[in-house]
Formats: sequence, structure tokens, C-alpha cells
Amino acid sequence: MNDHSLPGTTMDQPTTTPHSPHSPHHGASASAGGASDAGSAANISTPATIAIEMRNFSAWYSKNQVLHAIDLDIAAKQVCALIGPSGCGKSTLLRWLNRMNDTIAGARATGGLSLHGAALLDASLDVVDLRRRVGMVFQKPNPFPKSIFDNVAFGPRLHRVYSRTDLEELVEQSLRASALWDEVKDRLTSSALGLSGGQQQRLCIARAIAVGPELLLMDEPCSALDPRSTASIEELIRELRATYTIVIVTHNMQQASRVSDATAFFYEGKLIETGPTDVLFTAPKERRTEDYVTGRFG
Amino acid sequence: MLSVITTVAIIAVLIKETVGFFTMADHPEISVWSFFTGTEWSPLLGAKPLFGVLPLVCGTLLVTVIAGLFAMPVGLLTAIYLSEYASQRVRTNLKSVLEILAGVPTVVYGFFALTFITPFVLQPLWSGFGTYNAMAAGIAVGIMILPIVCSLSEDALRAVPQSLRDGAYALGSTKFDVTIKVVVPAGLSGVVAAFLLALTRAIGETMIVALAAGGLAQLTVDPSAQVQTMTAYMVQIFLGDAPAGGVEYRSSYAVAFTLFLITFVMTWTGAIILKRYREEYD
Amino acid sequence: MLGKPISQSKKMRLNRMLMIGCLAATTIAVLVLSALLVSIAIEGTSSLSWSFLTSFASRKPSQAGILAPLMGSVWVCTICAVVAIPVGISTAIYLEEFARRSRVKRLIQLNISNLSGVPSIVYGILALVAFVRFFGIRPSDEPWTFGNSQSIWYLQIPFGPSVIAGGLTLALVVLPIMIISSQEALRAVPPSLRQAALALGSTQWQVVWRVTLPAALPTMMTGAILSMSRAIGEAAPLLVIGGFLLVFQTPANLMSDFTVLPLQIFNWSGRPQADFHKIAAAAILVQLVVLLAFNSIAIIIRQKLQRPLQS
Repeated sequence: MNDHSLPGTTMDQPTTTPHSPHSPHHGASASAGGASDAGSAANISTPATIAIEMRNFSAWYSKNQVLHAIDLDIAAKQVCALIGPSGCGKSTLLRWLNRMNDTIAGARATGGLSLHGAALLDASLDVVDLRRRVGMVFQKPNPFPKSIFDNVAFGPRLHRVYSRTDLEELVEQSLRASALWDEVKDRLTSSALGLSGGQQQRLCIARAIAVGPELLLMDEPCSALDPRSTASIEELIRELRATYTIVIVTHNMQQASRVSDATAFFYEGKLIETGPTDVLFTAPKERRTEDYVTGRFG
Repeated sequence: MLSVITTVAIIAVLIKETVGFFTMADHPEISVWSFFTGTEWSPLLGAKPLFGVLPLVCGTLLVTVIAGLFAMPVGLLTAIYLSEYASQRVRTNLKSVLEILAGVPTVVYGFFALTFITPFVLQPLWSGFGTYNAMAAGIAVGIMILPIVCSLSEDALRAVPQSLRDGAYALGSTKFDVTIKVVVPAGLSGVVAAFLLALTRAIGETMIVALAAGGLAQLTVDPSAQVQTMTAYMVQIFLGDAPAGGVEYRSSYAVAFTLFLITFVMTWTGAIILKRYREEYD
Repeated sequence: MLGKPISQSKKMRLNRMLMIGCLAATTIAVLVLSALLVSIAIEGTSSLSWSFLTSFASRKPSQAGILAPLMGSVWVCTICAVVAIPVGISTAIYLEEFARRSRVKRLIQLNISNLSGVPSIVYGILALVAFVRFFGIRPSDEPWTFGNSQSIWYLQIPFGPSVIAGGLTLALVVLPIMIISSQEALRAVPPSLRQAALALGSTQWQVVWRVTLPAALPTMMTGAILSMSRAIGEAAPLLVIGGFLLVFQTPANLMSDFTVLPLQIFNWSGRPQADFHKIAAAAILVQLVVLLAFNSIAIIIRQKLQRPLQS
């Protein structure tokens, strides 16, 4: 198979998963290791495992269907961007990945959705443990009104009992990984609400990675931030890619092209096209994709 | 212009109380008078002119503590239920009921204490409860302040932004974690303010204790005994035919002043707490 | 580096405990309050009758009625409303719309909220000196007199233990609450409304009178009604200023003696005979019905008249 490697993808997994039998009318899947249909030269074939598999996945809020029969594979240790105009369902999709929609009355979903093989829609799934394995960063930074230390330590303390030194190490590690350590190391006990917007968002990222997740979900993490903070968070995302699978919802197409390896374009609840980012943006297959990425609508 | 009237009223209250208090100072009879301010140490208040305010304060405290021990946990837990667990319909209905209850005249609770709590609840449990006892009054005051605690605490908890709960859930919290470790600490200032307000009302409560707690001022922590609170003492004086300038009469002014001071300090503290912790949000 | 994991079953247990605890508390609250209502209803309904409402108190419980306290409450609360509502609203308007943010204003504000926490009996004592005795400037056996004793507007200074003193006392009690709730009603009016009016060239007074006040009025009325419902239930301050426990006539003029319903309840409750307890319960039922009526009116007003202030 072609070994067309994309900028930034890691090549550590020698195994590839078999290409899924159904992908057809929704474009090539974004996972590596499969022949794509429609013979374009731009399929990703870097060997990598698939972190998330969606098969015929649909979602509703009460009677309102917001996602229609999505088939999508998301590769591990890559950044996948979900783009599309407002209301197209991308945030909903994101929230199903850690079952956050359980907190919304009337939300339900059907179809196949699995994370590293575990079926997420299964009624017997331990949702609390799922959310430990999947971290989420929200649009508007939401640090708890506690100290910086307690914010980062909150997650770990939920799941395990730690000694004080272990906890301090963990907090330091997480803050270093989110590029915040140097700025806050002298004031770990001060309130998190005293940080700037960009710092708060990095704190939320540190908080999310402190529990040691496999997957990071980011729902428009920079939309409430100024350009400089946005740039630093984007750089952070590029660094985090080495350790975590990241799915990011964004309205900002330039951001998607800067930050992600693969992109999926949604429109009105359907997956229109997906593929490696540079391909999707320079040579999209679908007309609507092209219209969206060139700014003709949305 | 009208604010002047209000300010005058405020100052008037303050001055009046002080004047009323000091008008006792020139009473020729007992030298204990001059020690009244620092005086809280002598035992009995009554026909024998030994005027130490401590038994009354103790009575007030006993009743208030009982009331608080009942109303604060029950009120807070109910508030948590309303804000975190209950459906919209249950919440609206219960809140309207609470609002109405907050307007029930306190005599009603006093009546309830005397005619129901003591005979049907307390005395069957233990025959040591007399007709008048601190426990019944305390429970009744607790019931009276329960709607206040519940309603205000619920407001405080609901004011906590949903984004905080979402953040906690996303880290793998159970409902217990979210509620106890995030929501309640975040809303704590409002809850504490609610508790203070309720306790202030409990301290100032008159009719319940006048009916149910008894008329014997004694320094005791035994809830089955009679106690007299500061407020009940004032009622006793004014119900009676004490002459306008008499010793007992003026002593009730002194008691009123003490009461005023206590509630004033508590309200002030509540306002400070609210202000200090409200800043944490924005 | 990793600590000991917290087991899922422990988490489930804590979760359960919290839910059970909250449910238990809510049930206790509801049960206790229901017990209150039920026990009173059981005791009191048998004594309710038209004659109960229209006769006066008497030594014999079977013949006693609540006419005097009912009318007393009506008189006293009317006076209270007439005084407290306008004063309260005007003060609130002044504080919210005209006063500049200064230390004086904050002091006044703080004082008002402190006053709202003062026990009502303390107001009674203040009123005793201020209204009943008039600070002692005139001995009560040689009062200044205005008008003749046949008309309602008969006035004597000092007031003595009369309905007008009672009304003013209640007004004092209710005033801080009125001010605070009116202020909040005014604050709820969005600034964009005021700004629109100003931009059209109104004076500040016109803005208040024609825009802000009408917009805040429904909420203010709700607040007024709730304050009044609190006033109806007050007994302690009226006791202090001399509302008598046993009055055999309805008030004839502003200087009449009076009693109010809560005081009558207090009186009957304090008697040892069980029959008096029965009629006390009946009086309570009447009181609660009045309370309910007031609250329902307030809720209806709040729902019907409160048009959204901005889309």
C-alpha cells in the first residue's frame, strides 16, 4: 500500500486495522491503512490504530434528529478536526464521545460508537470510568473556584487516593505538559479565577490531562480567547498530539488547517467528507466542502 | 428627602435603645445597675432584684441552637435536592409552598409547639418533658426558619453556573462528587448567608417562645426544662402591669438593647461574608 | 506514583447516600409542615362558623368570636399599608435612581439591610416610646386633641395604645423589606429602557415616572403584597405597644383600642382549657386563609402583569 505519510503523523504502530467494509457514500475514512475509493492519491496510509469507530451513528435531542448515520474512524494520536457551519451537529458528536449528553434530558443515540473497542452506547458501560479515560476542554474556560493546585488535583483525587508528594508531582507534570508551570509555580495555592483567559484554558487542559486520559475532546477551545492565547494553545495542541488522541471542534478553518492532521466536514447532521487536512482543504471532493472551506457560506 | 426620614429612623432606633438602656443607670436602688453592661454574671432575673442577663441569653441560645440543629441540615439537604435532583415541576411547586410558609404568623408555630409537639411527640418519648420546655420551642422555631434556609440555600446553589458542573462531570465525577465537592463549595457564601439570616430570625423570635418555652429564666442547657428567652421576658414585662418607670420595665429595655446588638452583629457578619465571597465569582 | 484506586462500589455507595439523605430531608420537611396544617385543621374546623367570624370574644369559648381582632387587623394593616408602601417606594426610587454612589449611600443601604434583620419586638419598643408615649413630651392624661371623638379622624397626641400607633408600628417593621424589594424591582428594569428614554430628551424625573416606575410596578406590587402578608401576622410589636388581648369592640376611630388576630390567637393558645385551644385553631385557620389569599393575589399579579421587559 502507499506509504504516503502526512506531516506530523506518528509512525509508531506497525499494525493496521482492516479497512471497514462500509464506508462508501460518506467519503474515505480518515484512518490510515486502507485503500480509498475513488482513486485519489491523497489517502492516508500511515499505519496507525483507530481510536474511535462510528458506524451508522445517529443522535437525537427528544424528537429532533441532529446526527444522521455517521460512519467515521478517527485515528489514534492524531488531531482530528470537526468542522462545519453552526448547528451541524459537531458539538453533539463530541459530547457523545464522553457521554456528556447523559446530563441532557431527552438525548439519545443509536448505532455503533466505540473507543478502542469499548462500545460507548452500552447500557452497562461505566460512564464515570469512561470520563476518566476521555478528557474534555470546553469553549469557555471553566476552572473551579478553588486554588490552581486543587483544580488540577481534582480529577486524580476522584479516582485514587494519593499521598501528598505523589499528588504534587502529578500536578507539576500536568502543568508542565500544558505549558503553564512556569507561570504559576509560585502561586499554586492562589485562586484559579485570578488567571487570565488563556491561562485558565491551559489550566483546564492541565486539569483534563491530570487523570491520564487516552482521548482529549476540545469544543472550540480558543473561541473565547484573544489571538495570542489562541496561538499558544494551538502550539500546545500540536505538542499534546504525541501523547493523546485529540478531537477538536472548531469554527475557524484556518485553525483547523494549522492544527489538525485529519478533518471531517459536517453539514446539517451528516458527514459530508473527511480526509487528511491538507487534502480536504486544497482538493476537496465534494462541492459543499469546497464551498464551505472557501468561505462561500457558513 | 425621604432618605432623610429613613436615616432618621435608623438613628432613632439606635439612640432610643441606648437612651432606654441608660435611663436605668440613674436608678438609685441597686448598685448592680452600674455593672449591668459587664454584668452578665449574676444568676437570676425576676422579682428579686438580681439582674444578670445571662440566663435570658442562655435561654435564647438554647432555643436557637436546637432550631439550628434541626433546620440547617434538613434545609440544606432539601435545597440540594431541589436544585440538583428535582424536576422543574417539583421545584416550582415546592418553592411556591415555601414562599407561602415563610409568611405564616409565628403564633401558629407556637400553638403547634404547645398543642402538638409537646403532648404528642415529646412527652410520649420521655416523660421528663414538662408542658413548657425548650425543646418544643426549639423545634418549632426550627420549623419556622426551615423555609428560609431552604429557599435561600436553593437560590445560592442554583446560581452556581452549569459550566462548573459540566467540567466536573467531564473529569469523571459522580453526582455525589459534583454536588459535594464543586456545587456546595461554590455556593457556600450564599448558603452561609442563608444560615445566618435564619438564625437571626430565630434569635428574634418572640411568640413561639412566649407560648411554649415557659416563663422561668434559668441558666440551663437541659432541653426538657423551661427556659425564658430575651424576647419572652420582654413580652412578660409588657403583658404585665409594670409601671412605666419601674425597675422591671427598664430592665426590658436593657434586654432589648442586648438583643438588638446581637442581631445587628449577626446581620453585619452575614453581609460581610456575602460580599467577600461573592467577589470570587467574577 | 499511582495511589490506591477508589472502587466503583464505594462511589456508588456515596452517590446513593447523598440521594437518600436529600430525599429523606425533603420528606421530613414536607411531613412536618403537613403535620402542622393537619393538626390545626383537625382542632379548628369544628369551631368555624359564621357566628365565629362575627361575634366578640367572651369568657365562654363556645360563644367567642373573632370580630374584634379581625376588624382590628383590617384597620391596623390599612394604616400600615398607607404609610409604608408610598414611603418605601419613594425611598427605593431615591436610592436607585437619584442618589449618587457615595459612602453615604452605601451606609444607608447597609443600615436598611441591617434593619431588616432586627427582631420585630424591638420595633415595638421603639414605637412604644416614639408613638405611644411620643418621647414623653406630653403626659398621656392631658393629650393634645384634634377633631372630635365621633369621627374616624379623631387624633390625640400622644397616640397612646391606639390603632394608629399600631399601624405605624407595623409600618416600621415592614419598611425595610418594602424598600429592599422595591429596589430590586427597580434594578430589574434593564438600563436600555432608561437610556432610550433619556436619548429622547426626558429629564431624569420623567424617565422614572413614565418608564422605570411603570416597568417595575408589577414586581413592586408583589413585594408590597408579600410585605403586607407579613404585617398581618405580626403580634409581638403590637403586644408591646399595648394591643390588648381582650377587646370587645371594633375600632371606631384612629384612637381606639384594638387587638389583632395573631394576638387573639396568642391569648387563646395560652389558656389552659382545651376548648380555648379549639377556637385558637379556628382563628389560625382564618388567618391562614387570609394569608393564602394574599399570596395567591401576589402570584397571580406576578404571572399576569409581568410582561417580559426585554425580548
